[in-house]
Amino acid sequence: MKFERKDILGLKDYSRDEINFILDTAESLKEISTRKIKKVPTLRGKTVISLFYEPSTRTRTSFEIAAKRLSADAVNITASASSVVKGETLIDTARNLESMNPDIIIMRHSAAGAPHILARLLKHQSIINAGDGAHEHPTQSLLDMMTIREKRGKIDGLRVALIGDIAHSRVARSNIYGLTIMGAEVALCGPAMMMPREIDKMGVTVHNRMEEAIRDADIIMMLRIQLERQKNNMFPSVREYAKLYCLTPDRVKMAKKNVLVMHPGPINRGVEIDPQIADGPYSVILEQVTNGVALRMALLYLLAGGK
Amino acid sequence: MRLLLKGGRIIDPSQNMDATMDLLIEKGTVSRIATTIPERKGEKTAVIDLTGMILTPGLIDMHTHLREPGHEYKETVQTGSEAAVAGGFTSIACMANTEPINDNRSVTEFILRQAQAAGMARVYPVAAVSKGEQGKFLTEFADLKDAGAVALSDDGNPVMDSRLMRNALEYASSLGIPIISHCEDTNLSAGGQMNEGYTSTELGLQGIPNTAEHIMIARDIALAEFSNVSVHIAHVSTAESVRIIREAKKRGVMVTAETAPHYFTLTDEALKEFSTNYKMYPPLRKNEDVEAIKEGLKDGTIDAIASDHAPHSSIEKDVEFEYAANGIIGLETSLSASLILVKENVLSLSQLIEKMSTNPSGILKIPGGTLKAGSNADITVIDLQKKWIVKADTFRSKSRNTPFEGRKFRGRAVLTIVGGNVKYSILSLPGRKI
Ligand SMILES: [Zn+2]
Repeated sequence: MKFERKDILGLKDYSRDEINFILDTAESLKEISTRKIKKVPTLRGKTVISLFYEPSTRTRTSFEIAAKRLSADAVNITASASSVVKGETLIDTARNLESMNPDIIIMRHSAAGAPHILARLLKHQSIINAGDGAHEHPTQSLLDMMTIREKRGKIDGLRVALIGDIAHSRVARSNIYGLTIMGAEVALCGPAMMMPREIDKMGVTVHNRMEEAIRDADIIMMLRIQLERQKNNMFPSVREYAKLYCLTPDRVKMAKKNVLVMHPGPINRGVEIDPQIADGPYSVILEQVTNGVALRMALLYLLAGGK
Repeated sequence: MRLLLKGGRIIDPSQNMDATMDLLIEKGTVSRIATTIPERKGEKTAVIDLTGMILTPGLIDMHTHLREPGHEYKETVQTGSEAAVAGGFTSIACMANTEPINDNRSVTEFILRQAQAAGMARVYPVAAVSKGEQGKFLTEFADLKDAGAVALSDDGNPVMDSRLMRNALEYASSLGIPIISHCEDTNLSAGGQMNEGYTSTELGLQGIPNTAEHIMIARDIALAEFSNVSVHIAHVSTAESVRIIREAKKRGVMVTAETAPHYFTLTDEALKEFSTNYKMYPPLRKNEDVEAIKEGLKDGTIDAIASDHAPHSSIEKDVEFEYAANGIIGLETSLSASLILVKENVLSLSQLIEKMSTNPSGILKIPGGTLKAGSNADITVIDLQKKWIVKADTFRSKSRNTPFEGRKFRGRAVLTIVGGNVKYSILSLPGRKI
């Protein structure tokens, strides 16, 4: 199979073959990170820019390590965007970067659709969406699926519960697309104010009670709750949120015996996940991080080196 | 100076007229309509052959934004009124959300002077309901009316305070000046980027629920009904709004309503590529809403079609979707987009002209909307067969933010006459000088 895409913006229109191909590539590159010399020359001479309009330690570091392990020149730019403070426009920034001839631009932005502007404008650069608003976060979903496939040998037919703030979560959207394309059954639960309208049309089930969503689940994915949302009455208190939606040892018991507990991080201990679970035997949270590097190496390789 | 328009099909809903006739203009007014009006020798008469063309009372766009004073880089009274005549409009009403806000007679008078200087379409200023459109203190309705304002509206910054709205409706009614209400519960719509529904869920954009619109329509209708006064509802976009207005009309409430062409031709699915030229308030809705709007136009619930022409430059539009300003231009596409209703048998041609000319004139109580002898010679000539492709670069408007770029339309204005003078023509006018 050949990877034909110029950009990686979202998983919505991916095929099962394409996702499997990316995951296969990531698996084959994973071993590099366990070597004594963790570097291969594959992307020597390629320039990878990460353009982050939102703070992120994890995703950005993961991409940077991935680029460096493939010998690409990795450059980080921290930008700030706002509708109020007039800075350089995104389009001007894009044209400036284009003039320096990078090969790949990794972009995170708080506005949905921002990487799409870059992808349309820049004809010779590949754009990787590292999260745009509440829209998509395809690399997170791919590394989640890589972790599931590695642990369970398949994704097809598994029951996945996705719990928390679905409305504001790009991780939720990318995972709903990715997992349903791969044949998983996805059950959602979260506060009513955080359950977006008509989401059931995405081929998922929606549950009011967390217990219903996680019953017999093979995988439980917890989403990070942004505590600031309390100000907009998206939930009444942290205490009540935890009471209804925290993954506790009692609740984990309702899932399958060998359930995997996942979280895209960073975690709010005691809010959406009980420390005993985060650190316990079901948790694969740190394996997700490890796989993140391999998965991002695979995408960089497919976009730049694989051609 | 006489102008004789020969052989056109005259459609004038104000006189129930639909017939092939000649029309004579003398001294800027319609002097006569008859089966044949002979050219008289010895008198200076320009003759235009309109065989195969539709001739209607000049179109009136009761909801536009001309951006002057304050945002002249987006539009001026000059460019806006040029765009108007190019779209077949002989009169336009312009909203008060300029900078400064049109909340006092000096701004109203300034706009009228600029319109006079431009000499294109007739321009009717709509002044603000509240000072600075802040929703706190009423403007001087009587003084504004005296200065030339034809209606009052805090369009773009709706009156949330129901008490203020009640006072405004009652006071305006006593002075005989209409109130145009932009209905939006700004608590429900806060932060919203597009219609709330499956598409907003997919795109991860915060939604604006239908309720944000019709809750306020229901409020305004309740206020109008209680005080037995009239209210005009701007840019209706949802099925529930249509139902509420229909029921109110049935009860005899003095409510009138307008919609805009994008609410019966486009849905929120157009936003899938995050194009900011589909971003406006109210937002593009779902297919069910589009169908309900058409139904409302058909059964008379919706009285008027207005463009809500809202020019913005690339500075406001070539940015991330969330940062982009609301609004699209419409003066030069409104008629062509609305002719789709005739093609789809939603409206007859005469009903369409009623909603784009006769009714707006009645609601705003301004001249026009008729070709009766003695009325202003404001005339729009439409070629129903004329095919054209929307290219914003060729527009007379200063701005390019149209959702119809590249769209193939059939039918458009080819000749626009204001007060007996040709202001726009793409007809090859034969022989004689006019
Ligand atoms: Zn408005």
